[in-house]
Amino acid sequence: MAGLAAETQAAAAAPRPPEATASPAPVLVSVENLRIQFPPWNAPVRVVEDVSYQVRTGETMGIVGESGSGKTLSSLAILNLLPPPARIAGGRILFEGEDLAAKSQAQMQKLRGRRLAMIFQNPGYSLNPLLTVGAQLAEILKVHEKLPRSAALQRVEELFRLVGITDPGSRLSQYPHEMSGGMKQRVCIARALLCHPALVLADEPTTALDVTIQAQILDLLEELKQRLGMSMIFVTHDMGVVARIADRITVMYAGQVCETGDKQAIFARPSHPYTQALLASTPRIDKSYAVDAQGRRERLPTVGLAATPGQSLGGGCRFAGRCPEAVPECTRLVPQAAAIEPGRSVHCLKRGSAGVPGHG
Amino acid sequence: MVDNLIAPAPEARPRAIRKPLLSVDGLVKSYPLHRRGLFRQKVMGEIRAVNDISFRLDEGETLSIVGESGCGKTTAARSILHLVTPTAGAIRLGETDVRATFERDRRPEVLALRRQMQYVFQDPYLSLNPRWSVRQILSEPLRVHGLVPPAQWDGAVEALLERVGLPAEHADRYPHEFSGGQRQRIGIARALAVEPRLLICDEPVSSLDVSVRAQILNLLAELQEELKLSYLYISHDLSSVRFLSNRIAVMYLGNLVEVGEVDEIFARPRHHYTAALISAIPVPDPTHQKPRDAIKGEIPSVVRRPPGCVFHTRCPAALPICSQQAPPLAAPDGSHAFACHNPR
Repeated sequence: MAGLAAETQAAAAAPRPPEATASPAPVLVSVENLRIQFPPWNAPVRVVEDVSYQVRTGETMGIVGESGSGKTLSSLAILNLLPPPARIAGGRILFEGEDLAAKSQAQMQKLRGRRLAMIFQNPGYSLNPLLTVGAQLAEILKVHEKLPRSAALQRVEELFRLVGITDPGSRLSQYPHEMSGGMKQRVCIARALLCHPALVLADEPTTALDVTIQAQILDLLEELKQRLGMSMIFVTHDMGVVARIADRITVMYAGQVCETGDKQAIFARPSHPYTQALLASTPRIDKSYAVDAQGRRERLPTVGLAATPGQSLGGGCRFAGRCPEAVPECTRLVPQAAAIEPGRSVHCLKRGSAGVPGHG
Repeated sequence: MVDNLIAPAPEARPRAIRKPLLSVDGLVKSYPLHRRGLFRQKVMGEIRAVNDISFRLDEGETLSIVGESGCGKTTAARSILHLVTPTAGAIRLGETDVRATFERDRRPEVLALRRQMQYVFQDPYLSLNPRWSVRQILSEPLRVHGLVPPAQWDGAVEALLERVGLPAEHADRYPHEFSGGQRQRIGIARALAVEPRLLICDEPVSSLDVSVRAQILNLLAELQEELKLSYLYISHDLSSVRFLSNRIAVMYLGNLVEVGEVDEIFARPRHHYTAALISAIPVPDPTHQKPRDAIKGEIPSVVRRPPGCVFHTRCPAALPICSQQAPPLAAPDGSHAFACHNPR
């Protein structure tokens, strides 16, 4: 919550750019100090630690991180879909005035698929192979909106058309295995949109797809966002994808937030050493790499990433072990959010963050 | 014919001495398409996974083969090493006729050939024997090829580990004790054990995390310079290709559609598929003007290859001729070859 307060203060104090004052969209979801832990419970594994971020209506929040950063778990927690034995050990998830973290599975069941929807990484695994796509999507409408079968199928067909599925009428009676990966992902997007959800969570929705199909799906999501004004949390490891699709970005490392802010600002002026290292080390297609006369090739900068220790999940800043700027306090104190620009905060002791003693 | 067309342009190469190492001419790999009958299988046709591709790789150079899944890039690489037996075509490594050597199947000859070209696999989790220690994994090629007397294996293993940036004392660990990036280093060390001239790297970084990718790419660049290695780098990830390659060959549905110097291909792609592929890559820069060359539709099945140019069903600039006649791979300016009736 410290993060949110700091962010709001900074936003109020600094003069806002004119376009920002035009429409301050209301906050739709607010994740506050979320903690997720795995057993043993007497010394829990703290896979997500004090994660806070907000998503505004009509906005796409990109959550970027590598494997083990907690990006997927923190978004699954919003849907109360954490894989057992993981559990929420603290924090709140405020959505439409209610705390989702305190809800029972039965209460969540009413929200999932209706107000909150999910698009998974692998469309092949998230569709039922034994049912036609029409039948499994119509079932959602039957459960949530008590629609009769024919009306439900009609609505599914409309959505198939919306997400660019060719020949939507005849696709209804196809099974998932009869479709390509890109087509299945379109079905999954249609499934997510069936009941006009307020928030769509997309967990690496294009990672399993070929690049030209990925480009089509990203275009589709962008277009749907414009047309339906939907809010989205987009989880990915790909800085390129997030640069295309997100409005704001949260960078995560080993279960902690590194920084949050507008996409343009983060890419133009990455503040956290991890974000800086990640952006610098990513090879780019729009850059020519020099080869000198002896055939020596330019190297990718790996400062801050050179060592690959097992990620520490202990107290302090978890990037400290690899950080080129780390000071002794970094391994002991957990950096809190520090506002560095309007709408932008960073968690780093060297950048003005307050530190609180960590666990263990 | 194709040989001189798609060889690298002399003036574009910085290094003084250039000798062709690997030349592939008219490589075809097809699989029979069966229909199972009651008593016997009927051959209904064939799937051409690799359709008549030709290219050349010079010593000390990296040639990348890029394309999407199913384009035949891995099959082409595996055919060169005879991990799958090619259907037709000529493959030469230096002075050696690769296909003839594998067909004669005399062990010393095959070993001598395999010693010169080694494979780095995509998945470092599947390509290391989980029951073998790193020492066993790295000694095995030394034993098979008999390059080093057994008394010196330990020293050789330790030198290999250090060469790829792993501590020598990790030799007695097992693959599960290493991270993905470290395992890929072990896979590279195993390939280097027999001192090859050519490394065929099949998506060596695509299963790795972003921060580990850069380290493995730097390692590959370093090894190439120190050991004068040539790389055939197979990838769908154009950003790593741009970093590591001298030249690029683009494949689509089993065909080679464009070959050229790396900067030339990225700056001026002539084939519409190459342009679409490049513009589909998301650039980590929100101010990047995305060129709008997005192609519609999906890759057709290899079982039903479109007639004429294989790309005409998705091409934004297709002409009537494209659906009738396959364009040949040709290089009007000498070095940048493309197969298109209506180039950009």
